[in-house]
Amino acid sequence: MTAMSAEDFVALINTAKDSKDWRPVFEIIPYFTFLGLRLEETDGKFISVLSEDRKFIGNPTLPALHGGVVGAFLESAALVHLLATQEVTQLPKIINITVEYLRSGKPIETYAEAVITKPGRRVANLRIEAWQKDRNKPIAAAHANFLVS
Amino acid sequence: MSTEFDINQIQNIIDHGIPHCSEIGIRVHDMDADGVVFSLPYQERFAGNPVNGVLHGGIITTLIDTAAGMCIYARLREYMPIATLDLRIDYLKPATPGEDVFTRATCYRVTRQIAFTRAIAYHSDPEDPIANSVGTFMLKSTPGKSLDEAAKEKGATS
Repeated sequence: MTAMSAEDFVALINTAKDSKDWRPVFEIIPYFTFLGLRLEETDGKFISVLSEDRKFIGNPTLPALHGGVVGAFLESAALVHLLATQEVTQLPKIINITVEYLRSGKPIETYAEAVITKPGRRVANLRIEAWQKDRNKPIAAAHANFLVS
Repeated sequence: MSTEFDINQIQNIIDHGIPHCSEIGIRVHDMDADGVVFSLPYQERFAGNPVNGVLHGGIITTLIDTAAGMCIYARLREYMPIATLDLRIDYLKPATPGEDVFTRATCYRVTRQIAFTRAIAYHSDPEDPIANSVGTFMLKSTPGKSLDEAAKEKGATS
């Protein structure tokens, strides 16, 4: 891992915000690279994308994504949403997350969108939903609190 | 069906039956009716912060979700299909970069259809945890194969 200063990291985030190209940010966050995470922006909405990869399977019989990967993806989508939509002076820190598993996730590309339910000065609360082929059939939902200052 | 838990056998089942767990390298240390202790060796590729190398919360979620599910098998002494209903994680402090993460999970209540779990994640001292968690799981979630049967088909030795 290339260690970088906090200032350089924030600068990289702000550059991505302007250019709308988040690849340099995701490439420098090792776990985002592991998830093969992408961010798509359409009509001002930010959709995070989890790559299809057999290494994310938790149940090979169904087969289904590992619940931990789904939780990790929802947390990541929330963080990315904060980076993309809020003034960021440091990397927001996760305080807690509650993940509700609604359907088993197939080992295919998965999408998530976060909504800020309360953009506090110190704590931001978000609701995140993940789906696969059908937006109306979410596979999981979560709410999370992040320390933002 | 009653199952005796042997650490090597559990490790074998995880390595062959849960692809994501063998990918990230989950280790089994302890498993009995009172709970399980698993660990994850520190790996830079799971860092969420490129400045200080602190692990992403999601990888701790994965370790806890795995242990919480497995502690239900330990309590029931049976590998029936289960599914996570919900999982709450409080991140109490950042994991220390370079240090392995352990988790202890316990199934403290089980009904006909639902199991309730508690888990903590820590480095060396369970009294000084990194994360605290509660979860609920649905039992007999699918009519499919049990984890040990599925693992055997994927090459686990029994």
